[in-house]
Amino acid sequence: MKHTVVALVEDKPGVLNRVASLFRRRGYNIDSLAVGTTHEIGVSRMTIVIEGNDNMVDQLEKQLYKLIEVIKVENFTSKNSIMRELALIKVKASSQNRREILEILEVFRAQAIDLSTASLVIQIVAHRDTIDALIENLDRFGILEMVRTGRIAMRRGYTTTTDDEDFNDEDTLRFNSQIGRLTNGNFPFVSD
Amino acid sequence: MIGADIVLESLKKAGVTTLFGYPGGVVLPLYDRFPYHKEIHHVLVRHEQAAGHAADAYARVSGKLGVALATSGPGATNLVTAIQNAMMDSVPTLFITGNVARNLIGKDGFQEADATGIFMPTVKHNYLVTRAEDLAPTFAEAIYIATSGRPGPVHIDIPKDVFLEDADFNWPKKIKLRGYKINNHVNQDRIIEAANIINASNKPIIFAGHGVIISETTALLSKLSEKADIPVISTLLGIGSLPTSHSRNYGWMGMHGAFHANIAASNADTIIALGMRMDDRALGRFDDLNRNAQIIHIDIDPAEHDKNIKATVPVVGNLSEVLPHLINKVDETNHAEWISWIEKIKADHSQSMSIPDSKNLTVQYVVSQIAKENEENELIVVTGVGQHQMWAAQHMNISKPRQLITSGGLGTMGFEVPAALGAQVANRDAFVWSICGDGGFQMTFQELATIVDEKLPIKFAIINNGYLGMVRQWQELFYKDNLVDVNMSQPDFIKIAEAYGIKGIEVTKKEEVSVAIKEANKINGPVLINFMVESGGNVFPMVPAGAALSETVESAEEL
Repeated sequence: MKHTVVALVEDKPGVLNRVASLFRRRGYNIDSLAVGTTHEIGVSRMTIVIEGNDNMVDQLEKQLYKLIEVIKVENFTSKNSIMRELALIKVKASSQNRREILEILEVFRAQAIDLSTASLVIQIVAHRDTIDALIENLDRFGILEMVRTGRIAMRRGYTTTTDDEDFNDEDTLRFNSQIGRLTNGNFPFVSD
Repeated sequence: MIGADIVLESLKKAGVTTLFGYPGGVVLPLYDRFPYHKEIHHVLVRHEQAAGHAADAYARVSGKLGVALATSGPGATNLVTAIQNAMMDSVPTLFITGNVARNLIGKDGFQEADATGIFMPTVKHNYLVTRAEDLAPTFAEAIYIATSGRPGPVHIDIPKDVFLEDADFNWPKKIKLRGYKINNHVNQDRIIEAANIINASNKPIIFAGHGVIISETTALLSKLSEKADIPVISTLLGIGSLPTSHSRNYGWMGMHGAFHANIAASNADTIIALGMRMDDRALGRFDDLNRNAQIIHIDIDPAEHDKNIKATVPVVGNLSEVLPHLINKVDETNHAEWISWIEKIKADHSQSMSIPDSKNLTVQYVVSQIAKENEENELIVVTGVGQHQMWAAQHMNISKPRQLITSGGLGTMGFEVPAALGAQVANRDAFVWSICGDGGFQMTFQELATIVDEKLPIKFAIINNGYLGMVRQWQELFYKDNLVDVNMSQPDFIKIAEAYGIKGIEVTKKEEVSVAIKEANKINGPVLINFMVESGGNVFPMVPAGAALSETVESAEEL
């Protein structure tokens, strides 16, 4: 079964490397991975689509949390959410069949965004299955080139996947009380 | 101040007093400042891997952060084994490497290696610091991460010119890491669930892992075991979490653990796993560990729950916070019937883990004599990896936490020499006995020079059977006796000892053993004893690779 996992991560160099390396090392198969900034400064958002059973995804979530720069992880699969991918498709199109192609685009709510005497560039934003269906329909005209993004996802309604926990002093104090093994004397990070 | 001073000030701020390192081009600006920071003692090793293992063992013995330092390129790559070793066994360590100057990074210059990239999957976290002003906050954060939660190695890579750049020493007042939260909230529902299972059980057993030692909860462990009358068996790294004299200590489990421990684990109706990661060497074939038991798995790292073994009740948290709640909720009871069942198996199968009644010089005899002659001493046992490690774990009566320093998860041969160095630096009063394989010793004995420099009275016991014993054991048992590349030629170890100015003693007969050990203990300096043990001999009991704990065999005939 395919799972869509969203991770909020620190926008720092190497984060993508860490996440990708984790997938490789633990033997997870990534279907797609989309990364971009968010409205919060310093926070990037990754949407990861992977194939696997529930146990595997549960383990993956926990492994992701072990990365220091991963802030929050959510599995969207069972949640009421919107999922979208973007594709740009360049097809052969002559003046004879252009109209026919444009009719197909209408059905799929896709747009033609560039035109030459022998080609069309089509843009579609939709769920993966819809894009797959469009491609199937365009195939007979001759696809010259295609590029697809990974999936991005967002929960429906007012609920969000944001870094909702406040980083107030109380939290920091809680950290400080937890300073594992260096307990001889004062917590070393409070300047004197 | 310059970056180099900031690094050293940061280490001092965090209470670091010892650093194991090896100089080289890009870390020269740092070494240049050592004379101005006399509070930090730099131990000059002979190979960077040794710096790493020494820092690792230093941390295991002291409970404090271990720190290793290396230069860029080959210096950094030599650390990899040590870092992974610390990662597998959750040891709080900090690895500092220099790198080429910022404008040369990525240009494949002299002694450049992508240390940050190479170490990434082997560390808890790592950093490439590109501005001197970031050094102090990075060290604070790195040390916090290394020593808190489930401890582990953290690496900081510093370009040469950052050491020389001027900046203020801006030690942070607080560490803010939104992606690193240590859960100190104990889930009471889970505790009640766990306690209910324990209270309803007739045949409970505790698996005590390295986490018990790391969290220093041996007292709580014995309280839990005594109150609810639960037998305790440990993993290899959990050895020492209860004294061997404790009435409910039933030894250690696993591939070469006690027969009765493995059988008890397979027949319990409730397993309480404390601070362990459910490793295959401890548990045998996962599917058949124990299909009927309910499993309560308490670990600080939630990713360990259900990773290898599905837990009936997973509890996340530090044992020091979870165990008091659990102890409160379990009933005071006794499991006399279950205990006597285990006792009977123990009595019936003691032969497979006893010292052979033989005229030959056996490893079991040697290591048990070392333990016996050090009964009155504060003994720390360091081992390499292989047959001698297993026999040391079986026969050395390890009764205290941090008394056995051994490479568990990674199984690093050669660990014994540099780890002994780190252990003795951490505790200069202890009697550190390094039980060495003749193979492992040859991997890292260059550190004898460091040990002489540092005047460390470490006693090296080379268990010399002329073979890579454990490999040979497997070739004998599982590769139809086809012995390939396990019979190694050796140097004259006594001459090696002498070359380093160390007393060397050769032991070939049983009656010479305790005399030699006594003599070594009397010498206030390092000693090397070459124990020419019998060349045959295989470690039993044994869980054959891929077998379940219930399939533990006690001799080769049973295979």
